[in-house]
Amino acid sequence: MSDDRPNGAAGAGGSREVAVVAFAQSDHVRRADGLSEAEMLLPVVREVLDRTGLDTERLGFVCSGSSDYLAGRPFSFTMALDAVGAWPPVSESHVEMDGAWALYEAWVKLLTGEADTALVYSWGKSSGGDLPEVLTRTLDPYYLAPLWPDSVAVAGLQTRALLDAGITDERELAGVAARSRNAAAANPRAQLRSSPPPEELLADDYLAEPLRRHDLPPVTDGAAAVVLAAGDTARELCARPAWIRGMDHRIEAHSPGVRDLTDSPSTRLAAERAGLFDEGAPAPDTAELHAPFTAQEVILRRALRLGEDTVVNPSGGALAANPVMAAGLIRIGEAADRVLRGTSRRAVAHATSGPWLQHNLVAVVEADEAASAPGTDGGADAAQAREESR
Amino acid sequence: MTTGASATGALSAPLVVEFPFTRSLGPVQSAFLTGLRERTVLGVTAADGRTLVPPVEYDPVTAQELRTLVEVEPTGTVTTWTWNPAPRRGQPLARPFAWVLVRLDGADSALLHALDAPGGPASVRTGMRVRIRWAAERHGAITDIACFEPLDAGPADEDPPTAQPRPHDGEFADPVTGITAPARLDYTYTPGRAQSRFLAALRDRRTLGERCPACRKVYVPPRGACPTCGVATDEQVELGPAGTVTTFCVVNIKAKGLDIEVPYVYGHIALDGAGLALHGRIAGIPYDEVRMGLRVEPVWTEDSRYPDHYRPTGEPDADYESYKELL
Repeated sequence: MSDDRPNGAAGAGGSREVAVVAFAQSDHVRRADGLSEAEMLLPVVREVLDRTGLDTERLGFVCSGSSDYLAGRPFSFTMALDAVGAWPPVSESHVEMDGAWALYEAWVKLLTGEADTALVYSWGKSSGGDLPEVLTRTLDPYYLAPLWPDSVAVAGLQTRALLDAGITDERELAGVAARSRNAAAANPRAQLRSSPPPEELLADDYLAEPLRRHDLPPVTDGAAAVVLAAGDTARELCARPAWIRGMDHRIEAHSPGVRDLTDSPSTRLAAERAGLFDEGAPAPDTAELHAPFTAQEVILRRALRLGEDTVVNPSGGALAANPVMAAGLIRIGEAADRVLRGTSRRAVAHATSGPWLQHNLVAVVEADEAASAPGTDGGADAAQAREESR
Repeated sequence: MTTGASATGALSAPLVVEFPFTRSLGPVQSAFLTGLRERTVLGVTAADGRTLVPPVEYDPVTAQELRTLVEVEPTGTVTTWTWNPAPRRGQPLARPFAWVLVRLDGADSALLHALDAPGGPASVRTGMRVRIRWAAERHGAITDIACFEPLDAGPADEDPPTAQPRPHDGEFADPVTGITAPARLDYTYTPGRAQSRFLAALRDRRTLGERCPACRKVYVPPRGACPTCGVATDEQVELGPAGTVTTFCVVNIKAKGLDIEVPYVYGHIALDGAGLALHGRIAGIPYDEVRMGLRVEPVWTEDSRYPDHYRPTGEPDADYESYKELL
């Protein structure tokens, strides 16, 4: 299965294994009252560094994800470096994307052997602007952006396509919203932590037909941080590393009119390359899907072939807290955190970027125990780790 | 413009980002947008034979360059839609409308635009027949299509015509080669708690720094974190008011809109107690007598949030050793 994958596409080519060893996130709120980006981020960065006992000098790499459009200021991410403590100079990079892609860059850096540890962080302070309007600036500048179709319009078109195709119905979508927000009752960091039952949600008027209020994510200020480590360093830094068995990201054509908006072939391909469908591999027990709008969860479940064996978005997902540019990293963090805490053995995390699920990243994270399953990598190391733990 | 303070004392102020987004066009985009100006809708033939409207420069599947243009009809079929009850600034219509993807007759892909639907959402459905309403003034932009409007219902509604795209050479007189799309976004800027404290103290003519609990350095202006240690700075330290000129320059070019005679002196000033220097104008002394180590103090003007300039205190100059780390 894995022999036609390029090195690194599934982490199988090299001998290195890379794991998430710590994850932290802020309280997610509608408005982080009076905090600068650095002030919002600092406690989260401190938390993962304190938990792993790492300091800036021991970090091999630092990578962050954010968008200047949220703050309305160019190079706003440079100010956030204040939260890291970047002296003596650190090896540092930034992506103008969700932090999930910063994590991808850091993962590649660790796979190459250039670093043993990496700090990844991202933040989104959406309260400074009008988020649906800001997101129009991410669209095709020739044919779409001059019309200012906001994120609600974009989601409405996709939702309708799914309803028209008979793939879902409004009752199922209300169920996604209610299940997500009720799940977030167990997530003290989430912003929306309860929901009326679906029947009650469906009694509401449309916000923008076919969307009701519950189909939309909240507007959120929040931040998240992850520490990655390779091989034995990961085992030193935490008891149960969440090994990244594979990770891949794929992008679709940028014209909405040439795509089938009811499907996500890029997610399916990324999952395949990440090893999710490997022969003999067990179904993931947990999935953290970056689906800010209810209908997107339906599309992603199908693309990832998730069934009854998989708990979807036990954190509440982006419907419970949606700090733009951090919500994707949080999916990887939440999935990994369940492995770190011993409540998941094999989890899949997904992050998305762009309109209509245009760009999708899929990561498979596993506990050591699951590594011995056929079709996955690193079985020998895992066996050794088990041996040592006896 | 008004500024405000929240319950925590954090300041905020309006921030408007406005710019014309100027982009050049590829040959296919140029032909399409020029065509709209001439009320002609062009598509491009993709590698798999599909007709793509709006047309793209490169094939969405194979990425090969596409150049074969065809003309399609100004009528089409809605493939998906969503209602917009509260149009925003810049959107195609000011009254509630439907966002639609429309597959024009002769095309195999769909175009995103607005549908004027005076009958409300109940009058819109997937599969309905629509036609382009052209803008009265057209300049070669996607907004040359004002919106779509419902095509009179009839037998055609159930049986869309199977129009074939017609070859087109894409040649027009005076083709557009670029677009300029105005963009404006409105923000509320919040400088954070540390900077809010700093700015609030300045109003009382005091300068507040913040000390790093780890390395003990005092930052001014404070931003809430020690960028060296990566820890929060929460101990406020009142600085100055006097300080030492650590370095300076003589400005001989008059700045636009700045009512200061040249030459004047701009310098770095380490306020007493600060771990790094601020910058400010130095006056009250001939420009050619300003020197490193000169002791200065702030001069405030009425209703100002920051010192207008710094002037000599008359004290003896500071010893180089006392400020060399602050250069």
